Amino acid sequence: MIVRGSEALLVQGITGKQGSFWTGKMQEYGTNVVGGVNPKKAGTQCCGVPVYASAVDAMNAGTHFDVSILFIPPLGVLAAARDAMAAGCKRIVCLTEHVPVRDVMFMMSEAKERGVQIVGPNTAGLVTPGECFVGFMPAFDSTIFKSGNVGVISRSGSLGTLMCLNIVQAGYGQSAFCGIGGDPIIGTTTRDALVALDNDEKTDAVVMVGEIGGSMEEEAAEYAATMKKPVVAAFIAGGSSPPGKKMGHAGAIVMGDKGTYQSKKQALEAAGVEVLATPSAIGAALGNTSVKLA
Amino acid sequence: MNFEEFAAKPLLAKAGIRVPGSAMAATVDEAGAAAEKLGDVMVKAQVPTGKRGKAGGIVRATSAAEAKAAAEKILGMEIGGYTVEKLLVEQCASIAAEYYAAILNDAASKGPLLMFSDQGGMDIEEIAQTQPDRLRQIPIDVRHGLSTDDAKALVAPLVDASQHDDLAELLVKLYQAYADNDAELLEINPLAVLDDNSLLALDCKFTLDDSAIKRQQELSLSGTPEKLTGRELAAQQLDLKYIDLEGSVGVLANGAGLTMTTMDVITHYGGSPANFLEIGGEAYTKATEALKLMIDNDKINSLVVNFCGAFARTDVMTEGVINAWQELKPDIPVFFSIHGTGSIEARQMLTDRLGMTAFETMDEAIQAAIQAAEAKS
Repeated sequence: MIVRGSEALLVQGITGKQGSFWTGKMQEYGTNVVGGVNPKKAGTQCCGVPVYASAVDAMNAGTHFDVSILFIPPLGVLAAARDAMAAGCKRIVCLTEHVPVRDVMFMMSEAKERGVQIVGPNTAGLVTPGECFVGFMPAFDSTIFKSGNVGVISRSGSLGTLMCLNIVQAGYGQSAFCGIGGDPIIGTTTRDALVALDNDEKTDAVVMVGEIGGSMEEEAAEYAATMKKPVVAAFIAGGSSPPGKKMGHAGAIVMGDKGTYQSKKQALEAAGVEVLATPSAIGAALGNTSVKLA
Repeated sequence: MNFEEFAAKPLLAKAGIRVPGSAMAATVDEAGAAAEKLGDVMVKAQVPTGKRGKAGGIVRATSAAEAKAAAEKILGMEIGGYTVEKLLVEQCASIAAEYYAAILNDAASKGPLLMFSDQGGMDIEEIAQTQPDRLRQIPIDVRHGLSTDDAKALVAPLVDASQHDDLAELLVKLYQAYADNDAELLEINPLAVLDDNSLLALDCKFTLDDSAIKRQQELSLSGTPEKLTGRELAAQQLDLKYIDLEGSVGVLANGAGLTMTTMDVITHYGGSPANFLEIGGEAYTKATEALKLMIDNDKINSLVVNFCGAFARTDVMTEGVINAWQELKPDIPVFFSIHGTGSIEARQMLTDRLGMTAFETMDEAIQAAIQAAEAKS
C-alpha cells in the first residue's frame, strides 16, 4: 500500500494520451518506470522506455517490475490484470472506473490465489511524497504534497487531494497517500491501508477520508481502536446527499440504513476518531497531537 | 439498472427456472382477457419499487370480472412515487411453503454471495433481523461457480431432504442466470413450494451492474431507466452525473468525493446546495456543457466552482467554465476555489479573462457563495 522509489513500475496502456502524460509526470517525480505495454506498439519506445506486447513479454525480455499500473479501458481491465499476474507481478494499481463488477470479482479471486495485491479499481493511486508516485495524483504540486509524517487514506482522488492540500496548508506533510478507490468492490480496503500505515516507520498519525456507502469505514473503525498510532481524524463525504442515489462513485450510495453517514460517524467516534465537519478542520485536529510540522 | 418483475422473470425462465404462466395488461380489458385465458390469477402492478403488496398493488382474482375490477383499481395507482401503467396478470398456484433465494455481489468476500432462507415472502432485512438462524449464506468463488453439492449443503439444514436435489438444481440455474446477465443482484422472493413439491418463482428482482451495461446493451433495453428530471436527463446524454437538489447554491466540482464534500460544507455553513454536478474522470473536458446545463436553473442564486485536480486538469476545466461564462454572461455571482493539477495556469486564466481571483480555500469560496445567495433571495 506504500510505494517506494526503489520499486520498478510497468505501465500497461503507456502509449495512450493519459498513459503517456502521467508516465512523464511519474518519471519527473522519481518513479522508476521500466517499461510499458501496448500490443500494437511492441518494439517501440515511449517516454524513454521499451514498449512490450504484454506484461509477460516484458518479463520474458528480462524487464523486472514490482508494480504494474493500468491505464486500460473498462472492458480490457480483466485481461490486463491477468497478464500482469501471469508475469509474476505482485501489486497492481487499477485506475479505471466502470469496470464490470463481475470482471473485478474474477481479478480478486485470481489475485487472492496468487498472493497479488490489487489497489482499486477506480483509485487515483499511491503517493510517497519526496520519493515517487503511481497513479494520477498531483504529487508534484508542493502546495498539496510535502514529505512529512501523516498517512492519508482516501476513496476519492479529488477529495484526497483536497485533504492533502489542507494538511500542507496547516504546516504538516504526508508520509504516504493511499488511494483505495471509489468502487463497491475493491482489492485493498480502508482497513488494509490502516494496517499498512500502522506498520510504516515514517507514519506517526493517520487521516481517513471516506464517503457514504458500504461498510468499509465501520470495519476500519474497529481496527483503528486497536492501532499503535492515532487515527487523528476522518472526513466522511456525503452527509448531505439524498438516499438511494449513486453519488458519482458506484460505491457511494445509501441503501436503507446501510452505508449512512450517521453509521460511519458513530463507529468512528466510538473508536476515538474525530469526525470533521469540513476538511479544513484537519489543521486544528493535527494541532492537538504531537505530530511534527513538515 | 433495475428491472421490473415482468422484465426480470424471463431471465429465470431462460435459465430453466419455472415461473407462472402470465400475460401483460395495460388496460382493464386486457387484464380481463388475460384472466379468461389463465384462470385464477394475481393481478400485479408493475412499478420499479418494492412494497407493491402493502400498497394494494397486488390483488387476487378468480374470474375475468374480478380481474377487470382489480385492474380498474390498480391502474393509475401511485406506488412509491410511480404511477401504475402496466400489470402482470399471473396464474395462481397452490402454495405449500415460501422460500427466499438470492445471489449478489458482496463487497466483504469480493465475490458472489448466495443467500437462502426457508422464510420467504418477507424482506431479507427482516429475516436477517428476526430469524438469523433461518438465513444461510455462502460466498462463491467466481472462477469455480456454484456446485450442486455446495448448494445442497447450504439448504440442507433448513428444508426437508426430499427437496434438496430440486432446490440445489434451481440454485445452480439461478447462479447461471446471475453470471450470464452481469447481475448486481438476482433474487427470487418468494420461491414457492407447490402442493406437488415442485418449485415456482413467484417474484423476481434483478439489478444489472451499471458498469456492465456497455456489454449488455440488448439486455439493458428491458431495464427501467432511472426516473430523472429534465436536467438530469440532459446531463445523462452528455455522460455527466447531475442530480437536482432543493437549495440555492449551485455546485460545479470535479470528482464524486469532492462534489459531495462541497455539498456537505455548504450545508455545514448554513447554506443549501442546488445540485450535484461533477465533471471528474474522463468528463473533465466537458466543463462548458456542464456549466450551461446547471446555469439554466432558476433556483440558483450563487455558484461555487470547486476544482481540486488530480487526474482532472484544473486548467482544462477552468478554461471550459470561462468559455461558457463569456458566452452566456450569466447574472449569477460565482466563487472559485482551484487547486491541484494545472492550478497555476487556471488561476492566471481566471484573472486574465474574467478579472476574477480564486479564493485561497474552499471554505472561503463556499462561505462567500452562501452570503451572496442569501443577499439575492
